[in-house]
Amino acid sequence: MNTHTPFEAAVQAHGATVLRVCRAVLGPHADADDAWSETFLSAMPAWPKLPESTNVEAWLVRIAHRKAIDVTRRRARQAVPVEHLPETPAAAGSQGRSQSDARSAERHELWSAVGDLPEKQRKAIAYRYLGSLPYDDIAELLGGTAAAARRSAADGLQSLRRHPAFRDHDGA
Amino acid sequence: MNEQDSKIERALRELTDPSSGELSRLQDRLVADARASGSLDVVYRLVDSPVGRLLVAATSKGIVRVAFEIEGFDSVLSDVAAKVGPAVLRSSTELEVAAQQIDAYFDGSRHAFDLPLDDRLSAGFRQLVQRHLPQIAYGSTQTYKQVAELVGNPGAVRAVGTACATNPLPIVVPCHRVLRTDGTIGGYLGGPDAKRTLLDLERQAA
Repeated sequence: MNTHTPFEAAVQAHGATVLRVCRAVLGPHADADDAWSETFLSAMPAWPKLPESTNVEAWLVRIAHRKAIDVTRRRARQAVPVEHLPETPAAAGSQGRSQSDARSAERHELWSAVGDLPEKQRKAIAYRYLGSLPYDDIAELLGGTAAAARRSAADGLQSLRRHPAFRDHDGA
Repeated sequence: MNEQDSKIERALRELTDPSSGELSRLQDRLVADARASGSLDVVYRLVDSPVGRLLVAATSKGIVRVAFEIEGFDSVLSDVAAKVGPAVLRSSTELEVAAQQIDAYFDGSRHAFDLPLDDRLSAGFRQLVQRHLPQIAYGSTQTYKQVAELVGNPGAVRAVGTACATNPLPIVVPCHRVLRTDGTIGGYLGGPDAKRTLLDLERQAA
């Protein structure tokens, strides 16, 4: 990057990716929004000093990883139940529910499948498949080797593959 | 990666995909947080107008740049980032007063702008000329020569022309009210058509 590039360019280019990663790690809630905001807020002052060759997206995903940890710790200190999934449609499973109820029930299922993954697998998948981070970088963030990071992602994918929510999801 | 895995990857992407509304809400929050932490250099907003979209950029001191789409917003923003600072963010909610005044100007109901300005993008003689421009009344015009005389440098007609053509705050600082001595329109950041549109608007609404 150079000092002539407005920071807005980074937000435009990578805002969606960073939010996807934050959501996959923290769930589709205010926590992910907080981590997203803190990621860009703390990246902004460092932006003009980044070497020209920096992979900006990878840099932001690494910051997002640290901010997600901060948010999780803060939440734990506040002693609020950690597991909060999106609201389940009240009449899930009952006949006559609308299509959007069905859709949101399906999303709920998919989210619980992601939420059920061990943390390391969930993060490895988020950083690799949503954040496009190389396994070397993921290993640095999660500890262990690149091979172990690759294994975590593969194990996570395998669990999702076996999960009914993902097995039946047609990806339309 | 096998087909099953790429299907799961697609499903994950779709599941986590933000809507444009969610992103713009986060963007507005980022602008507010950045301002509160004192790390924001420039905030900008795009405003529709009869002369095309306008970019309005402000520092904590005031409006620092108004730009026409034909200038190329990317290059304008790069220039602002280089000269003011790279902590530049877009907002859809800030600069509301400026946006309203520009709207009112174009519907003919506002004849003068009342906005804090930051004139750091100009200096020296150009700045001197640009500070004179708001004294030219709505609906009237002066020539480059008259302006040169009024700022006390009658020989600097060409320099006045340059000062008007490089005004970083067009429309708000009315460089469009300065014409060549022969009555032809003269240069303008927004192009001659935009200059003519503004002059016609003011003639009709004055």
